[in-house]
Amino acid sequence: MTIQFDTLGQFLAMGKYAAYVWPSYGLTLLVVVLNIIWARRSVAQAKSDARRRLAMQEEQP
Amino acid sequence: MTWTWFHRLGSPPYVYRLAGRLTPWFAWSAAVLILIGLYGGLVLAPPDYQQGNGFRIIYVHAPTAWLSLMVYTWMGVAAAVGLIWRIKVAHAVAAACAPIGASFTAVALATGSLFGKPMWGTWWMWTPRLTSELLLLFLYMGYMGLRASFDDTQRADRASAVLAVVGIVNVPIVHYSVVWWNDLHQASSITLTGKDTIATSMLVPLLVSLLGFSLYFGAVLLVRLRAEILRRERAAAWIREALA
Amino acid sequence: MSPAAPSLTSPLLAARLVITRDLMLAFRRREQLLHPLAFFVLVTAMFPLSVSAERSVLRTLAPGVLWVAALLAALLALDFLFRDDAQDGTLEQYALSGQSLTWLLLGKTGAHWLLTGVPLSVMAPLMGYTLGVPASASVGIMLTVALGSLALSFIGSIGAALTLGARRGGVLLAILILPLAAPILIFGSRATELAIRGEVYVAPMELLGAIVVLSFTLAPLAAAAAVRISLE
Repeated sequence: MTIQFDTLGQFLAMGKYAAYVWPSYGLTLLVVVLNIIWARRSVAQAKSDARRRLAMQEEQP
Repeated sequence: MTWTWFHRLGSPPYVYRLAGRLTPWFAWSAAVLILIGLYGGLVLAPPDYQQGNGFRIIYVHAPTAWLSLMVYTWMGVAAAVGLIWRIKVAHAVAAACAPIGASFTAVALATGSLFGKPMWGTWWMWTPRLTSELLLLFLYMGYMGLRASFDDTQRADRASAVLAVVGIVNVPIVHYSVVWWNDLHQASSITLTGKDTIATSMLVPLLVSLLGFSLYFGAVLLVRLRAEILRRERAAAWIREALA
Repeated sequence: MSPAAPSLTSPLLAARLVITRDLMLAFRRREQLLHPLAFFVLVTAMFPLSVSAERSVLRTLAPGVLWVAALLAALLALDFLFRDDAQDGTLEQYALSGQSLTWLLLGKTGAHWLLTGVPLSVMAPLMGYTLGVPASASVGIMLTVALGSLALSFIGSIGAALTLGARRGGVLLAILILPLAAPILIFGSRATELAIRGEVYVAPMELLGAIVVLSFTLAPLAAAAAVRISLE
């Protein structure tokens, strides 16, 4: 198991494919992060909605 | 013994708590495996004879494409279970799957384009594999659109479940399109029998990556599932405890 | 019109009764049948206006143009598959009748095809002629469009049933149906293209036929489930 690149420069250049490889990884990472954010926001929203509903129920005599 | 466990999966509070407990396990193992897989693919795997370093895109393209299909399968199965046995939790699973699947289908198409341009010389071709994957994206969007068009959650659940089940036919079409037709997209590079079409040093990070992304999907699904369960539960008792 | 003892009516007879009713009702408002046809003609006409009026170009585009126009016209027509019956409560009666809703919907969708798909397939060779297609291809075009529109009606019935209860169902219906209709479009236009070139078009027709068989056996089931959900 050897590192295939001799310099950081070579690694970033990815042969001549940098323009394709890095956006691919970038987009994937973006969607990975976005999904996490959306999921957590979804739970937070659902919790606050549920709290509000409970509060309204308790108000009713 | 196993039957009671199965029955408990139909109970929203039980699943809510179980999901909360399981999420960290899925999340951390996913993070570790994805990092290992991507490091292996970006740094350790040797460059491809034909595609040079460009082939490293496969370490994100294959998992996202795999996810786009796997998520739809989960969504369709959950929808079918919810329809047939009228289990709310199953509908919640299906609802939770959709946004995840849609976003990963979009990324699969994008990374596929980025892979295709240097290799085939074009950003897009109307081949069976690409076309059916695009249709998959629209199936997800149609599913979410149909859900949104109903005010009543129960009706939204059941109507979109019918759509999800009908659309399942597209999943094998996407998967086998490279087998049934002459497609520009290469046939499966991972074969379990016969002569291997991919070197081990390239294969291992790919498998690790695939597993990592699958576990990641599990983690995100579990989080979304809790939100979907909360939305469907009107009974105050267990929710009050859960929110405290 | 309903039999005194519903259990004595076979599903097949019930389906035939539904077909007869739908056909009779449609003929009372004949003008409505012209709308999808007019739409088909207009959409087809858009292409020579926007792309090119050159006969050779049009002939190459003809299969695709005819099929896209037919698909859009069929989508438009799907709107009236269930709408009237849903509004006046007939659909609810069907669901409650004790008859198999699947068979009743099979009948309704079949009638819908007779009212929309068949006229479209008769109109198609005429529009084909305006696109530079030789008259000898007429029979081939008619057969391919007829078979494809049959599959479209059945698959479309699922979408129409699903969007019954939804607000602004029209565009949503198109978004739901078009991905599922893609195989029909692919094989249908391939068959029409071969027919136009005067070649044998049996192979894509067989695939279309397979889709038709699959859809008329399974689609009414899904549509019935969707109708019940919409009526809740």
